[in-house]
Amino acid sequence: MAARVRALETILTQKGLIDPAAIDVIVETYETKIGPRNGARVVAKAWSDPEFAEWLKRDATAAIASLGYTGRQGEHMQAVFNTPQQHNMVVCTLCSCYPWSVLGLPPVWYKSPPYRSRAVIDPRGVLAEFGVTLPAETKIRVWDSTAELRYLVVPMRPAGTEGWSEEDLADLVTRDSMIGTGLAKEAA
Amino acid sequence: MNGPQDLGGQMGFGPIAPEKDEPYFHAEWEKRALGVTLCAGAMGHWNIDESRHARESLHPADYYSSSYYEIWIKALETLLKRHGFVTPDELLVGRALGGDMRPKRVLQADDVPAMLARGGPCDRPVGAPARFKASDRVRTKNFHPEGHTRLPRYARDKVGVIDAVREGFVFPDTNAHGRGEHPQWVYTVIFDSYEIWGEGADPTLTVSIDAWESYLEPA
Repeated sequence: MAARVRALETILTQKGLIDPAAIDVIVETYETKIGPRNGARVVAKAWSDPEFAEWLKRDATAAIASLGYTGRQGEHMQAVFNTPQQHNMVVCTLCSCYPWSVLGLPPVWYKSPPYRSRAVIDPRGVLAEFGVTLPAETKIRVWDSTAELRYLVVPMRPAGTEGWSEEDLADLVTRDSMIGTGLAKEAA
Repeated sequence: MNGPQDLGGQMGFGPIAPEKDEPYFHAEWEKRALGVTLCAGAMGHWNIDESRHARESLHPADYYSSSYYEIWIKALETLLKRHGFVTPDELLVGRALGGDMRPKRVLQADDVPAMLARGGPCDRPVGAPARFKASDRVRTKNFHPEGHTRLPRYARDKVGVIDAVREGFVFPDTNAHGRGEHPQWVYTVIFDSYEIWGEGADPTLTVSIDAWESYLEPA
């Protein structure tokens, strides 16, 4: 595959169809600028600021854009909030739709058949593989991203974090907790 | 299409096996694959729906034995050939052999941040008011189109409830095939697990999809 991709890049470059320097910038952007830290800041702000949380619930695209996170695969955002009664989990059974603007590039498992096939039928089994066990009575809502809405799960705020700064709170927000295959880390 | 991409509820794929501290890329070529795919898409000769359809049109055996970046590259070769930008011979020898196709645009390095920040919004005005409102009961279509669709098989011919009226979005089923955007209202439709999975369904589970209006009938 390495040779095949190199050949493709060579052909397109020789024909003047692409600029290899643009590829470098794209890669650098997703390696260093756009990743789950963006989403963690959104969640931490929602935990800290009830007005922002309300805005995020009502118009996630605008609320998230106010923190500077916009664009590709985050054009139409929806935030879904975990509660003691309901846990939310996001999947794309048909391809690999994922909120790039707040979580960056998706992990391999998110794009692969085991997760895409099972999330909608056996979410508790999926969660067990991630080391998460929910109470038997907790409702589970699985959101299959079949259109261009991109979902961000807002995990529950861990106990014992009253008065924490947004930066410290953001450290507790894992990528998986924003997909719904994990929970936020406990306060150390 | 009832293709290999339509995975919801299928079985036998084994454990999910999440990788601890997974890197963004597992090989150098994956970085180039991401970049080439985005740059080629930025030429403006096909849309995201046509790309998705090219990926799901891989032979199922090929789809299931390929990583996602491999799927992207194989589909990209198809798109480039279909739109006349490369020839099979060129892919064989790995260099340009002539031809003078001028793309609509060539993405320059300086323009990448703006391009990524802009994205590709697909919301469009819809001429008619939304047919359904929150809490309406709807039945999804039972159909098996050979072309692209975003209604998964597991959610066809099922009764659900409108959870939210979203926006007007470009209709992928036509847009993927160069037949126009024909925007429709999109709804989040929520289903009880028993309605979808029947006997043995997890009673605490509900599943929702985002469905274009023409996928739905009143129930």
